[in-house]
Amino acid sequence: MPSQMAAQAAPRTVQSAAADAVLQVENLQAWYGESHILHGVNFDVRGGEVVTLLGRNGAGKTTTLKSVMGIIGKRSGSVSFEGKQIIRASSDRIARLGVAFCPEERGIFASLDVRENLMLPPQVRPGGLSLDQIFELFPNLKERLNSQGTKLSGGEQQMLAIARILRTGARFLMLDEPTEGLAPVIIQQIGKTIAELKKQGFTILLVEQNFRFASTVADRFYVMEHGKIIDTFANSDLAANMDKLHAYLGV
Amino acid sequence: MGINTQALMAQLLVGLINGSFYALLSLGLAVIFGMLNIINFAHGALYMMGAFVAYFLLSIFGLNYWFALVLAPIIVGAFGMILERTMLQRLAGLDHLYGLLLTFGLALIIQGVFQNFFGSSGLPYAIPTALQGGTNLGFMFLPTYRAWVVVFSLTVCLLTWFLIEKTRLGAYLRAATENPTLVRAFGVNVPRMITLTYGLGVGLAALAGVLSAPINQVRPLMGADLIIVVFAVVVIGGMGSIMGSIVTGFMLGVLEGLTKYFYPEASNTVVFVFMVLVLLLKPSGLTGRAA
Repeated sequence: MPSQMAAQAAPRTVQSAAADAVLQVENLQAWYGESHILHGVNFDVRGGEVVTLLGRNGAGKTTTLKSVMGIIGKRSGSVSFEGKQIIRASSDRIARLGVAFCPEERGIFASLDVRENLMLPPQVRPGGLSLDQIFELFPNLKERLNSQGTKLSGGEQQMLAIARILRTGARFLMLDEPTEGLAPVIIQQIGKTIAELKKQGFTILLVEQNFRFASTVADRFYVMEHGKIIDTFANSDLAANMDKLHAYLGV
Repeated sequence: MGINTQALMAQLLVGLINGSFYALLSLGLAVIFGMLNIINFAHGALYMMGAFVAYFLLSIFGLNYWFALVLAPIIVGAFGMILERTMLQRLAGLDHLYGLLLTFGLALIIQGVFQNFFGSSGLPYAIPTALQGGTNLGFMFLPTYRAWVVVFSLTVCLLTWFLIEKTRLGAYLRAATENPTLVRAFGVNVPRMITLTYGLGVGLAALAGVLSAPINQVRPLMGADLIIVVFAVVVIGGMGSIMGSIVTGFMLGVLEGLTKYFYPEASNTVVFVFMVLVLLLKPSGLTGRAA
């Protein structure tokens, strides 16, 4: 079934690759050492959208984000960001083009306090959020500015990880499982933040296993399995696709 | 037992001088280990190169000590950066042993080349005129140059600590020590930063070499004598710990000086006995974090 769906999904992806795509990924392949992880991933993200990659553990969602970010050493295919080909670019160059990445493990630095963590990423473009704007979105961080980064609660660390990339001026954010391991009340807060960022014009590529959460924030979904996109649908088609989705995700 | 204050103070001063060199060298090693994860065995040879560059600057170009203090760290630091770019960079991700063997081999080559051209005996390097003489403090005679070495080394060490612990550049260095991949994904050119960090660590070694030249003369093996003690300092302070290296460097210099006064027979071994005790009681070093 998945291979049939992949065959169906690919043309739709190509069709949806509109001229206003901020990110366009075509036939993306990636390897960890000798292990071939991504087998020709195709998708696009348009300006101002929240797009979610769904899939079970090991489907290749995180590897896809890391490949777009240039973190995976061995990759091929085509990744175009704002019309520029970045498949061979180093991750620091990709970041300076305006792509911001928030990793699954949050990446809070233990040797840095909250302020230093927050100020760490350099500004890559003008228009990054000021500290006051960040504290408006995440009031908790203001009170914990001098604490060691890793002494924050899981929720606060996630807020710090998102806040940190908002300072850079990048308008394209890639968030890898931002709700993982968090309490429902914090998940709600993160959902509100993503909605607010979307309202402010940010484009977001989200990786999520928490489908319930993703359905509240995403405009479109891509479903991944075995390193490929096997299906895609808009949020408006969600109800009609619910059975298929349950089968894909095993929920 | 009566204490001869003048002799005790003289040994303490010698201890502080040695401590200055230990601190500068172990600080460079700590910076390099923290960032590159390489145990830089070539550090002693690069310290020696600093002294030789000062000697060449004076004997060939007529550039005195003050020029050497600035130029030698830059020249030897640039040499270090070439080593990093052409050789050490290729060891990224490999076991510590590879870096240790490579830098040990480099040390032997560098020292061998200098020994081939200059022999093993020392070349003289005069104390600069402005730092000659000394002051009688009543309880001891304080040579101006030695006081300068202690004060200048301490200042450089504290400036380096400030750079790494309190500035934005230092935050990049500390963060890249923890997770270089993520720091790079934030837009920082980490490979270039690693090269510059190696240059900084090597520059500190060269600076110590220039400071040492008027005291210890300029000898191809001057670094080989020192480097083993400096590694003990790094282990005691905690691998990669900046403040640990500075404090331990000065502390062990003083400990050595005091031992020379109270029990001279043990002065060459006291540092290593202390290292064994620290390894037994706190394997991560006095200021290092447990793994």
